[in-house]
Amino acid sequence: MKCTQFLNELTDYLDGTSSALLREELDEHLQWCHDCRVVMNTTKKTIEIYRDNKLYELPEQLRVNLQQAIIARCKGKGNVSPK
Amino acid sequence: METIQNKAAADTSEITSEMALVQAAKKGDLEAFSQLVQLYDRNVFRIAQHITHNEEDAQDVVQEAFLKAYTNLDQFQGNSKFYTWLVRIAVNEALMKLRKRRTGKTVSLDDDVETEEGAMPREVADWSPNPEQIYGQTELGDILKKTIQGLPPGFRTVFVLRDVEGLSTEETAETLGLSVPAVKSRLLRARLQLRERLGKFFNSRKGGDGKQ
Repeated sequence: MKCTQFLNELTDYLDGTSSALLREELDEHLQWCHDCRVVMNTTKKTIEIYRDNKLYELPEQLRVNLQQAIIARCKGKGNVSPK
Repeated sequence: METIQNKAAADTSEITSEMALVQAAKKGDLEAFSQLVQLYDRNVFRIAQHITHNEEDAQDVVQEAFLKAYTNLDQFQGNSKFYTWLVRIAVNEALMKLRKRRTGKTVSLDDDVETEEGAMPREVADWSPNPEQIYGQTELGDILKKTIQGLPPGFRTVFVLRDVEGLSTEETAETLGLSVPAVKSRLLRARLQLRERLGKFFNSRKGGDGKQ
């Protein structure tokens, strides 16, 4: 297996959706290819960092205000089509 | 300890109660709709911020998306999860905001996706063992924001839905109106581009002379 092939399969490999046979080949490639191992590990870390450090949390007061505004506007609209 | 079965049962009851809320809201029960807002407002805000890069726009998107969802609830067939349906509305609203900010420039999920950048890694140096600990929480947040903002909208939207918000590949495809292979290809390039860019901050040789 070449590095380009490994990279093409990287997303499925990290998501655990590769077939068992392919996974074996990818694991074998990782055994001897240092560069792909680094790319795999740092890509995995990239995903983890973004998953664990959620950006843009909604501040509580703003959240309350938004919820009130949404419900007030829904009241004005209604979702039942006029008969 | 939570078993897989318990987790599955919890997921099922979550979906059932969500469906009950949707059914009630369809009949005009605003209390039920308010509960749906509370379930997903934070996610919608986060997604909108990632796409628009603007807090005021993101607030508008949250309002418009929920209002649209409420007024169009009768069109929601229940073939998909309510959340996926809602996110689809929110993504479209957010892209519209982005277009308005960049007047004269069209913005779509297809922008810049043909670029070859990120297809092949250039930097293969390893990272420090605990890269997040090199920086304080605020500084880390700024680095992560700046880095993801540099991606084309079509890449960062796929990454945010799939890897940050945890939608499945199929759900992401459905939400964005893309094919599954298109989502996979964008996700791969988004992940590799982010990795490449974060490497500048997390490289284990950071602060060294740049030579191994």
